[in-house]
Amino acid sequence: MNMSGKSILKRIDWLTVLFYILLVGIGWLNIYSSTFTENNPSIFDLGQLYGKQMLYIVVSFAAIIVILALEANSYERFASIFYIISMVLLLGLFVFGKTIAGATSWYDLGVFNLQPSEFAKMATALALAKYLSDIQTDIKRWKDQLYAFLIILIPAFLVIPQPDPGSALVFFSLVFVMFREGLPLYHLGIALLAVLLFIFTLMFGTTWVAIGISLLIGIVFLFKRKKLKIPLIPLFVFFIIAIGFSLSVDLVFNNVFEQRHRDRFSLWLRLEKDPVKLAEIKKTIGYNTYQSEKAIESGGFFGKGFLEGTRTKGDFVPEQHTDYIFSTVGEEWGFLGTATVVILFTLMLLRLVYLSERQKNQFSRMYGYGVISILLIHYFINIGMVIGILPTIGIPLPFFSYGGSGLLGFTVLLFIFLRLDANRLNEWS
Amino acid sequence: MKKILLSSIIIIVGIVFIGRLSYLQIFSFSPNQVLEDPAIKAIYDYPERGYIYDRDGALLVANQPAYDVMVIPREVKPLDTLEFCGLLGIEKEDFKSKLKKARVYSPRLPSVLVHQLSKEDYARLQEKMRKYQGFYIQKRSLRYYTTNSGANVLGYISEVNEGDLARNPYYVQGELTGRTGIEKQYEEVLRGRKGVKYIQKDRFNRDIGPYKDGALDTLPQQGQEIRVTLDKDLQEYGEQLMHGKRGGIVAIEPATGEILAMISGPTYDPSLLVGRQRSKNYSKLHYDSISKPTWDRSILAEPSPGSPFKTLNALVALEEGVISPSTTIRCYNGFYVGRTLRGCHCGGGMRTMNSGIYNSCNAYFAGTFRKIYDKFETTDKGMDVWEKHMKSFGLGDYLGYDLPTGRKGRIPGKEYYDRVYGDNRWSSSYIISNSIGQGEIAATPIQLANMTAAIANRGFYYTPHVIKQIGGKDISIPEFTEKKKTTISPQHFDPVIQGMADVYTKGTARWLQIPGIEIAGKTGTVENFTKIDGVRTQLTDHSVFVAFAPVNNPQIAIAVYIENGYYGSRYAGHIASLLIEKYIKGEITRKDLEKRMLEKTLEHEYAKPLSGEEFKINEYVW
Repeated sequence: MNMSGKSILKRIDWLTVLFYILLVGIGWLNIYSSTFTENNPSIFDLGQLYGKQMLYIVVSFAAIIVILALEANSYERFASIFYIISMVLLLGLFVFGKTIAGATSWYDLGVFNLQPSEFAKMATALALAKYLSDIQTDIKRWKDQLYAFLIILIPAFLVIPQPDPGSALVFFSLVFVMFREGLPLYHLGIALLAVLLFIFTLMFGTTWVAIGISLLIGIVFLFKRKKLKIPLIPLFVFFIIAIGFSLSVDLVFNNVFEQRHRDRFSLWLRLEKDPVKLAEIKKTIGYNTYQSEKAIESGGFFGKGFLEGTRTKGDFVPEQHTDYIFSTVGEEWGFLGTATVVILFTLMLLRLVYLSERQKNQFSRMYGYGVISILLIHYFINIGMVIGILPTIGIPLPFFSYGGSGLLGFTVLLFIFLRLDANRLNEWS
Repeated sequence: MKKILLSSIIIIVGIVFIGRLSYLQIFSFSPNQVLEDPAIKAIYDYPERGYIYDRDGALLVANQPAYDVMVIPREVKPLDTLEFCGLLGIEKEDFKSKLKKARVYSPRLPSVLVHQLSKEDYARLQEKMRKYQGFYIQKRSLRYYTTNSGANVLGYISEVNEGDLARNPYYVQGELTGRTGIEKQYEEVLRGRKGVKYIQKDRFNRDIGPYKDGALDTLPQQGQEIRVTLDKDLQEYGEQLMHGKRGGIVAIEPATGEILAMISGPTYDPSLLVGRQRSKNYSKLHYDSISKPTWDRSILAEPSPGSPFKTLNALVALEEGVISPSTTIRCYNGFYVGRTLRGCHCGGGMRTMNSGIYNSCNAYFAGTFRKIYDKFETTDKGMDVWEKHMKSFGLGDYLGYDLPTGRKGRIPGKEYYDRVYGDNRWSSSYIISNSIGQGEIAATPIQLANMTAAIANRGFYYTPHVIKQIGGKDISIPEFTEKKKTTISPQHFDPVIQGMADVYTKGTARWLQIPGIEIAGKTGTVENFTKIDGVRTQLTDHSVFVAFAPVNNPQIAIAVYIENGYYGSRYAGHIASLLIEKYIKGEITRKDLEKRMLEKTLEHEYAKPLSGEEFKINEYVW
């Protein structure tokens, strides 16, 4: 029921749309630059990747019209169905999946390949929002926390064997929705502590980590114990667990991980000091990261100019039009370009936080947070990997990377939220 | 907290990214990356190295093509190895190991398989090259010498090393640069500038067109030919005369400072350091630590000059007014320092300056030397004056000639003796050896030649140099075209020169007069020592000679230094006389003299200290 009488076009958040169009536009220019060849003049040439991407953009725009035309409450109503269909599609990959570049993540639909995980992200965000906003769900309750986690874990475990660990991480990122809705933050604290312990153990070894923790606890014990009234036994238990974790990190890293995983971490944490081995890693496992870092560095402040990137033209960065598209921005547009893109993403995400917070409908707000979590984790891991501060994890840069399923998935994800937002004034009517 | 959690994360991520990006793109960025960029290959176009001509335009150094057989390992197809090795003239095992080495270096970049084929091998190979895929022939340019002399002064070129690459960004691995001599000194003139084309490559190293449509490409700049001041005939003749002798000779045209010949013995054929045998020959020459053929004695040897130095002491004494040409000093077949008698070969008796010079009387110049010092209240003062006069002849410091190496020689000043004997604890008696060019004085042959030129010019010289023309134009380098005046007034030269002329008419070199040429010179016989098993041992004297001719219009001034040649009038005197005749007349009239010098060697002298046995020095027979 549209009681306000205003057109959807007047109520949609145009600022977010503007960010969206800018990102898609800049993304396409860089895909064009990294895939064009001099004898193909038409930007709609479907024999070329940039031509295909242009088609995906047109399809995405069509999808936007459909999404905005639908009733806002239909998304909440059909959330469970979307979720079930997505899970079935993910399951179906084990039987009908097509393998591209080592990952069985696609359905071959003849004209194009469909990657169901891109849509499962949207469906999972909807399903989680629906479950958490249910009047009977209480996130403080153990059982409800478990169900919420299950909604996230099912798709995550379905994509891990493809193998697509990147997408699994994306599903995990939806825990931020639960934190917003009242899951105690010490969960996050423990997770962060574990990550820090993991990194410190790799960098300094178990012995130093144990000494560090002992010192820390000692200081706390000596100076603050009476004020904070920390009981002795939990502190001791924490100490034992931390040391145990640190020891197991060592064990897991050296015995469970494969060499290529170890190499990724070695490269990421700058653990390898032997220049010969380092050079070897840079040529093999770290090749992509090394080349993309070099390409970005060579852009300097102003960049080499559109279509002038020598490393881009020379195809030095593998997968440059997909996961490594940001290195083209770095080489051709320089610091000005990369900073612009980072700022655009930052502003867009902050805008989405603002939009989510102004929702009166719990479902809309939770879905909004789901959208932010998914976009943020993609943006963080992708750019972090391309500029060499995170290990190599293959996930696309939203709106930027080449790929129809990806672009369409992110577009649908975002515009469902914009449709919900446009409807916020009608919620109680 | 829970409301701002995500916002905080978003902002922190943004700040971290901007920080990392500014580190990469602003702080790590270096603008001159074109050469490091693996996507851009520079293809060089090398200009031909400039030729070197002698003073009369005779060609000394040109270029010759050489052919390297190159291989790109991954393009190699199965081949008839045996036949191919036959064509290349190498063993099958050798071929295999070289191919393997090339593959290890890079499967897709070219490596040299066989260096510098001869023209004949090249001709045979070229026709069949099509059969062997992955191999090709690359033409290179090597030096070609039309003379077998002048190796040290001309210098050689060789591949740039790590040091060159670090010092000069112009060079890239594998390029050639002048390593010694003229090749090094005039490297930039001879070399020109290479042209460069930048090619865009993909990561499989395939060319995909010119980079920026050739906007950064440059054309090669031709190397310039140069004409040097050397006289090819004189240089070659001098080296023939040096056969079997060690030492250095420098001849200068006094009126210009142009170096006519620079000879170091023993020497080697410059062609030895070109071509396939280069490295073998180089090690052989370089590691010959006994005769040191690559050590240019004409500018690096620093013997005491000996008696030719007496002429300078005479000039200083005249300038300071402590003697006149008619001042007499008695020679007691030597002279007394305190109570010890130092010997003299002149025959003894009353000496004037004139006979003191032509008979090379030690006593006369010891006396003269004392007079110089006695003029001043302190020896320090006398020393300063004496040192100033000596240095005005270009002694005791680098001359400033245009060759890349040299030595200062030594004119010891008061600081030197203060250090040796202590402040104010020495007098002219302590340094009396300096009067006859022995003692602490040291001079390179080129310094002696320059000093002789200054005497021939009656009081000035031009800095010696080897460059005459660059690219067909006479040089106008002020350093080489401005007169350097000595501190001796012109009128004092004539009596000294008269003495030097009398050396040839009635003195120590009267057997060496050149018919039809008035010549002035001075012999030198220089005591010298070496260490054998840690024991200071005297060797046969060095033979030294300086001369210029003709006396009244000097065209050539020459210094000859022959290690262990005994009397100055023997080897050094003979060679100086023959070279002057050769230069002025163009031919030698005294065939017997010439024959003697061409045949006689000093190898027996050089073998003495190495024999491990006792030996006699300064033997009369020769």
